Amino acid sequence: MASHGIKDQVAIVGMGCTRFGEHWDKGADDLLVDASEEAFASAGVTKDNVDAYWLGTAMSGMSGMALARPLQLQNKPVSRVENFCATGSEALRGAAYAVASGAYDTAMAIGVEKVKDSGYQGLVGAGKTPTDGTGRTLTAAAMFAMCVPAYANRYGVDAEEMREVLAHISAKNHYNGARNPRAQFRREVSTETICASPLMAGDLRVYDCSGVADGSAAAVVVRAEDAHKYTDSPLYIKALSFVAGNCSGNADPDYDYTAFPEIEAAAADAYAQAGVTDPRHEIAMAEVHDCFTPAELLIMEDLGFAERGTAWKEVLAGTFDLHGEIPVNPDGGLKSFGHPVGASGLRMMFEAWLQLRHQAPEERQITTDRTIGLTHNLGGYPGEMVSFVGLVSPELG
Amino acid sequence: MPYRRLDRSEIAAFFGTGGGRGTRSVASYDEDTTTMGVEAARFALRSASDGAEPDALWFATANPAYLEKTNATAIHAALRLDQFTPAIDTGGAVRSGVGSLRAALDGRGSVLVVTADLRGGLPTSTDEAAGGDGAAAVLVDDDDEDAPVIAELIGAASATEEFVDRWRTPGDPTVKQWEERFGETKYVPLGEQAWNAALKAAELTPEQVDRLIIAGTHARAIRSLTRRLGVAQEAVVDDLAGTVGNTGTAQAGLLLAAALESAEPGQTIALVSLVDGADVLVFRATEAIASYTPARPVASQVENSGPLPYGRFLSWRRVVTVDPPRRPEPDRISAAVAGRTRDWKYAFVGSRDESTGALHLPPTRVSREGGAIDEMERAPMSDVPGTIATFTIDRIAYSPSPPIVFAVVDFDEGGRLPIELTDVDADDLTIGDRVEMTFRRLFSADGIHNYFWKARPIRTDR
Repeated sequence: MASHGIKDQVAIVGMGCTRFGEHWDKGADDLLVDASEEAFASAGVTKDNVDAYWLGTAMSGMSGMALARPLQLQNKPVSRVENFCATGSEALRGAAYAVASGAYDTAMAIGVEKVKDSGYQGLVGAGKTPTDGTGRTLTAAAMFAMCVPAYANRYGVDAEEMREVLAHISAKNHYNGARNPRAQFRREVSTETICASPLMAGDLRVYDCSGVADGSAAAVVVRAEDAHKYTDSPLYIKALSFVAGNCSGNADPDYDYTAFPEIEAAAADAYAQAGVTDPRHEIAMAEVHDCFTPAELLIMEDLGFAERGTAWKEVLAGTFDLHGEIPVNPDGGLKSFGHPVGASGLRMMFEAWLQLRHQAPEERQITTDRTIGLTHNLGGYPGEMVSFVGLVSPELG
Repeated sequence: MPYRRLDRSEIAAFFGTGGGRGTRSVASYDEDTTTMGVEAARFALRSASDGAEPDALWFATANPAYLEKTNATAIHAALRLDQFTPAIDTGGAVRSGVGSLRAALDGRGSVLVVTADLRGGLPTSTDEAAGGDGAAAVLVDDDDEDAPVIAELIGAASATEEFVDRWRTPGDPTVKQWEERFGETKYVPLGEQAWNAALKAAELTPEQVDRLIIAGTHARAIRSLTRRLGVAQEAVVDDLAGTVGNTGTAQAGLLLAAALESAEPGQTIALVSLVDGADVLVFRATEAIASYTPARPVASQVENSGPLPYGRFLSWRRVVTVDPPRRPEPDRISAAVAGRTRDWKYAFVGSRDESTGALHLPPTRVSREGGAIDEMERAPMSDVPGTIATFTIDRIAYSPSPPIVFAVVDFDEGGRLPIELTDVDADDLTIGDRVEMTFRRLFSADGIHNYFWKARPIRTDR
């Protein structure tokens, strides 16, 4: 019994990603066509020579036909998957494992979300499961807001310093997004503006919350030994890990809202699969799930980029800035790139695809000797979440 | 009694007329007569001798949360009463409150009589200002050595006559009233008849009445009658008009509860109610009242209250509709799911791992610690206090009265639940504050009320 992973067995050989934003004139079908076409072209394949498909969407379609119909796939297997905000990464796991198993030569993972049709700001739950009405009705913003005083109290950070830390994270992601033509919000925002924006929940302000966007992203995966048939610069999968929490943080008084144990566990598994022993000094860049600024702060510690209780200092020191030691969310993150739930995991992988292969636009291309990129999703809330950690590299071994 | 009070002077400040002096109690947006009835019934059972459990539950209100469907069943569920204990609504009219109490006293077996009301009227009306919201519960039983009664009925009488004084047809939100003088000419003689008959049955003279409670819906008739009963003014029990207001169906029970809190052994207490006739109940406090400790005295509830601005009162009463958060309204709950989870939903019963003691809220079959399956005992948690581990204020989530104040609560007997707070001013809240559970109506959809529990700050030892 072990989590062996599929290190160096599968390669990404093509990717596509739409611009994220308010696509009032495009439906989920249009976004799927746009992202898949770019990915097919990138890998030099057609829809017919992709053997199997994994569609990730949380609320924009049911069943594999939600992809087979708009792409007019003929007699292809399509799995529709959902795993909260890690849905796009879940699609990648399905496709990668299918290829690693030998069942298919070529597979596509594609994620999409069309969230701006609901008529509401923020995400509107897709689930219409009948309930007894006793469940929580809070917004995600409020749930993540609870981490702010908890972290500050535990590590002796005063309220003003904490605000500065959160504003730095938001400003950094906007700075990066301003350099990304596919991002939803393409402008820098000052920490003064961030700190003066309206309160949403707890201490969280509008600029602490990620953008809500429509969008789609896709990847074509093949067995590693076939990768060079498709591209000169494939991206090898080093690790894919996933943890579905048992929601114990809601019931266990020992949980203190200063860490996400599900992320820590997923990271440990991913690092073991890839043979990473010192993430702080081995990871080249990371795309993490900054749904709210305090999430990004805690994730830095969960992923081992900073010791417990020190990430806030590292944030202020610029460790995770675009040209810091470990650039985090160089594409702008959920904050600035936007968050179409089913697409976000693959959007993160798209940035790793660009950065690690030195194809990012010059103004945000990172420079580093390190080769391993990390993508991370969480789905859910403090105390009850799923978590994904993926590791990729342009190099084998 | 609800936590909130409306200062009546705010009514005149807003409309230029109406209102008056003092305050009235106001049910929170998440309270109705059923939830207030649950709270009163919980206090009553906690005040009674250990293990007191009624053979029947009667619920009376002139402002029921449901018609057609029985409201008493939700109270029955919240109290975790035996399945064989009948729970019935006796309400509809204001007189059903004191009437149910009389019927229980006349009958046999133990009956928990729960009365509740939500009183109001059009803005600036007397009913709006003079009304109050609240509930009272009285546990009626035969005397027993192990569970002695604290007051015994020594005389009762009623006088009934058909006349139209106050009326409201189903669907009409406000009460209408005939000319006040007419009602007075009806009530005063009826009151005197019932008073004389009840005192005769109790073998008392008016001077021997130590405490006089006089309740009812006709203020002018009450004033007239009080002067004619021959009881000293000092014996008249405060009707709480200046602080709580007239709680209608619950008024007789509420004032009786207040009087019993300060009664001494041997004292006689006469309860007179003028509602569509006259009902008089005469009690004598027993020796047992010396050791009676109410779980939550009326006096402490009058004292521990918080102000409510008039604008918020108007929106809670749906007189004005304020801009809601731009979020979808909740769907109606599933009767099937709620039926399965009723022990959790209505009674706040979790599960406790028999070997590790790990508490699960909501109840689960598989233990979080050790993984034992179906080795759980029921863990009733509604009377267990807790402490706020952390909290937040949600300004964007849907709520009938935004913003939502939400806390992670750690219970004294172990276990944790992230849950909504109520009766709270967020600015006063800090981590470590103590909270207790209260039964509330979270929202209504498709006419189905969604009842569940919230936590509220503990503001008093009792």
